[in-house]
Amino acid sequence: MSAQAVATSAGSTETAARPLTYADDAIRLFTIATVLWAFVGMAAGVFIAAQLAFPWLNFHEWVNFGRFRPVHTSGVILGFGGNALLATSYYVVQRTCQTRLFGPNWFHILQFWLFQVVLLSAAGSYVLGFTQSKEYAEPEWVFDILITVWWVSYLVVYVGTLVKRKEPHIYVANWFFLAYIVAVAMLHTVNNISIPISLFSMHSYSVYSGVQSAMIQWWYGHNMVGFFLTAGFIGIMYYFVPKQAERPIYSYRLSIVHFWALIFLYIWAGPHHLHYTALPDWAQTLGVVFSVMLWMPSWGGMVNGIMTLSGAWHKLRTDPIMRFLVVAVAFYGMSTFEGPLMSIKEVNALSHYTDWTVGHVHSGALGWVAFVAFGAIYYLVPRLWRRTMHSVALIEVHFWLASIGILLYITAMWVSGITQGLMWRTYDENGFLLYTFSDTVAMLHPYYVTRFLGGVLYLTGVVVMMYNLFRTVTGPIVARTSPTMSAPQAGLTPAE
Amino acid sequence: MFNHGIIEKSTPLMLLLILLSLGIGGMVQIIPLFKVESTIEPVSGMRPYSPLEQIGRNIYMREGCYNCHSQQVRPFRDEVDRYGHYSLAAEGIYDYPFLWGSKRTGPDLARVGGKYSNEWHAAHLRNPQAVLPESIMPDYAFLERPLDYDDIELHMRTLRFVGVPYSDADIEAARDDIVAQAVPLIGDTTALRERYAGAPLGPFTGPDEEVTEMDAMIAYLQVLGTMVDFTSFDPDTMLQGQEVGR
Repeated sequence: MSAQAVATSAGSTETAARPLTYADDAIRLFTIATVLWAFVGMAAGVFIAAQLAFPWLNFHEWVNFGRFRPVHTSGVILGFGGNALLATSYYVVQRTCQTRLFGPNWFHILQFWLFQVVLLSAAGSYVLGFTQSKEYAEPEWVFDILITVWWVSYLVVYVGTLVKRKEPHIYVANWFFLAYIVAVAMLHTVNNISIPISLFSMHSYSVYSGVQSAMIQWWYGHNMVGFFLTAGFIGIMYYFVPKQAERPIYSYRLSIVHFWALIFLYIWAGPHHLHYTALPDWAQTLGVVFSVMLWMPSWGGMVNGIMTLSGAWHKLRTDPIMRFLVVAVAFYGMSTFEGPLMSIKEVNALSHYTDWTVGHVHSGALGWVAFVAFGAIYYLVPRLWRRTMHSVALIEVHFWLASIGILLYITAMWVSGITQGLMWRTYDENGFLLYTFSDTVAMLHPYYVTRFLGGVLYLTGVVVMMYNLFRTVTGPIVARTSPTMSAPQAGLTPAE
Repeated sequence: MFNHGIIEKSTPLMLLLILLSLGIGGMVQIIPLFKVESTIEPVSGMRPYSPLEQIGRNIYMREGCYNCHSQQVRPFRDEVDRYGHYSLAAEGIYDYPFLWGSKRTGPDLARVGGKYSNEWHAAHLRNPQAVLPESIMPDYAFLERPLDYDDIELHMRTLRFVGVPYSDADIEAARDDIVAQAVPLIGDTTALRERYAGAPLGPFTGPDEEVTEMDAMIAYLQVLGTMVDFTSFDPDTMLQGQEVGR
């Protein structure tokens, strides 16, 4: 596909100009931040991966693995993922509702800057040692309050835009965006209730202890995956896949069924992070049952995304943006098969506490979340800046660097995780444990080096993307078209 | 036939149904944990952390130790052989919040208390590779700096507010107890152990009288998993359905 074709593919579906302009200034900023945070978060990931292979890299308390890992997880999930969700949800809700974003332009730009300030200062606070020590909920109480207020403002802008829509139906992408915004508000508030030791101290104590705090934390943690990294990004899929493929969504009915099933079932799956712990058995069993059931609505989403290409399969060969989007959905299918498998107690007995879990998370994060975000960014940038994509070939390069990086990463983690899990439980003929813990650590080294190399490849792909996008937005403006774009024809008026 | 268009055309209805769908699962799983008595087994021996142990726990959190060390022994033969008795819910009642972890880049620490000497811990924290050449743990020599416990009363009062039964006398004696536990030679360890039974005693990092962050960290590590009296613990009374000894 030529560069011109990429840049103008939206042009064919644009309708005649109406007196409507979209509020895109903040969206451009969120898009830039998405790309920058992708680099920061993933570079932090490569660094901590290197620390596990080469421990001398823990050279200062500020960058020790224990303090720096949350910089990686927050940088990728909230920084990269969060900015991607904001850019796309604000973009999509305006187009599919045929209306301008609720609230004045300056307010959305203020939201942008506040979001970055909170992210940066939270990351700085981890490095200095301030943390609630709950995974993916590390920020201390001060940040939690700021995030809560900020998130309510996001909900207001989003719902406000839905309410003043010109289209009679709420488009399916918005169902998922709305569910993710509401779910995150609920999860964040409940999990972070804590009492500061004084108003002048960053330190606080959770109001929950022991087994209750474990259950609430993994209800939160699992559903940050389920709603932030899944429902939100399915919202992205439901707009950008049909737009890029120029086909309607495969099945309207399937999108209804899998939406309600997904959001109802996901919230129950948290206890699978606590198998064989002191959490009561009834809760663990609920966690297994709902995790296994979750497989079906997850694959409903995958089928709906991939089958949207029917009649346009040739685009996979010619359009690297389409390939990013479709391979993302394929990785989504793989991760959501592996997840229920790992939630079965007998499998979890082996996989839990090992690198298998780390590999699973990264097949979802690198393969699904990041790929669908990359696809959306490559779609957005030429349209938001009204430029021609600098180089389609470099998108191709990015795709292959990232794909090979993921494969190295996941296979290394599968092998190291399963091997270590088996070594831990191996007995000799006299009934003694065969391996010391140190033996199992020494065995990991080559896999940790492989994982680090996979991460370097993936990060290199991001650098290629940064260069390509920088050249794109600094290139000449191609067409002085009206910024008005139509809602996707796809699925708005369902086929049935 | 039900028409989904009704929901798609109404923002309030859609919001309401999303809220309902999201709310049910969490309520069913979380609320009973606070109400059902069998969630936490009856055991003897659990006591609040001493002030030094609690500060040590805070340093453990600050350094992100939970990123690589779990604190939850599962009821499998190999884990019980390697680490000790599987973990009980009762052992977490004073953990605000839990630190069970999710990854064992290093070994589980739920029962590390009393397994190694204070000297071993100090040497290991200063330079892990000198003690275990295969180790990939960062060194924590920087913890040998003066412990800041000026706000210990604020910490204990906040913990009391959320549910730890510290008495006024406990809070009043906090600073004395910190010194007594870290430097037994110049403190009243009898009074300390009356308040905190079986509290592990220093010296943790050497004979000097200055209390360091490493002292607090080792005090915490040495108390981990040692509080419950397993001679009086009968697993059959509460383990209906739990799988033991795989």
